[in-house]
Amino acid sequence: MFVLSLVKQTVRVPAEKFNKDVDQALSEELNLKFANKVVLDVGLCIALWDIIKRGESFILPGDSGHHTKVEFRYVVFRPFMEQVLVGRIKNCDKESVQVTLGFFDDIYIPAENLQKNSRFDETEHAWVWEYESEDGNHDLFMDTGEEIRFKVVAEDFTDTTPSGPSNETHDPSLDPSDNKKMAYRITASINESGLGLLSWWAS
Amino acid sequence: MEVSHFKQISSLINSNTAILSNFEVLELLSSLRGKGDQPRNQSGSLATITYETIKYLEGTPAATQSDKCLKKFLNEVKKFGLTKKEKTMLLNLRPTTAVEISLIVQSAEQERLTEEQTEELIEIIQNTLPAKTE
Repeated sequence: MFVLSLVKQTVRVPAEKFNKDVDQALSEELNLKFANKVVLDVGLCIALWDIIKRGESFILPGDSGHHTKVEFRYVVFRPFMEQVLVGRIKNCDKESVQVTLGFFDDIYIPAENLQKNSRFDETEHAWVWEYESEDGNHDLFMDTGEEIRFKVVAEDFTDTTPSGPSNETHDPSLDPSDNKKMAYRITASINESGLGLLSWWAS
Repeated sequence: MEVSHFKQISSLINSNTAILSNFEVLELLSSLRGKGDQPRNQSGSLATITYETIKYLEGTPAATQSDKCLKKFLNEVKKFGLTKKEKTMLLNLRPTTAVEISLIVQSAEQERLTEEQTEELIEIIQNTLPAKTE
């Protein structure tokens, strides 16, 4: 679920960090810039792994900091397609089941990717898998907080940076879909044996 | 979770140079937390993501793994001809049933692991990777 991304970038180190070791100062700046941020088409950045190459540092007129070109590797959360992961159910609604890993929770299992013969129970507000066995049908509830094993089937990156006012007639605060935009969204499936709540498969 | 974006990274050389196992990530994050030389509020987002990720990983089999048992495991499963992704999933999930193994080791046309091999693989997993301590 985690990968290393190799990136080359010029980093600005502010003057108050000139007394520190250069690599230490650069590490701090890189973590300030990337930790817990989604970078488009890369994933959710976790922490700096290492600095591979460091170029010369430059001072620019009117700027007290120094600018240094660095090549570094960053730990990124980016599960590959078909990867099997374990998380917890965060929420159920008519359309989908939302799963959280604690540090990332834009994971959705759409209704059509649930086990066959699943229905949404309005009163319990949970999905139920009507499991058929020889001794009759069993209702298996997918309650919030339960541990669930799922497979990653798709990913979507959306640029959610504000793009400025587009036109006067459109008020973004009135558009509910606008608030739902997610920078990095994972679509998952549990439509296979072995997938779903861990308790379903524990023998 | 705070989400923000950088429209462009000066140059992204390779967004996927290596797959890391959960154990390797947990090692790195624990060492960051242990350092203690991160001045408070220096990077709040690093502290947040470190805390949340460690919390998740400590609930996974990675919490009880070590360099030594990883090496031993990788050595013993060589003969099955598994891909790197499959081995990473085996380490991260530590499956102990045949149905879990069949989810991880993809068999498109013909069975890649026979029933006996699956059992042997489960045995290796149980012998080399420690069980989660409750």
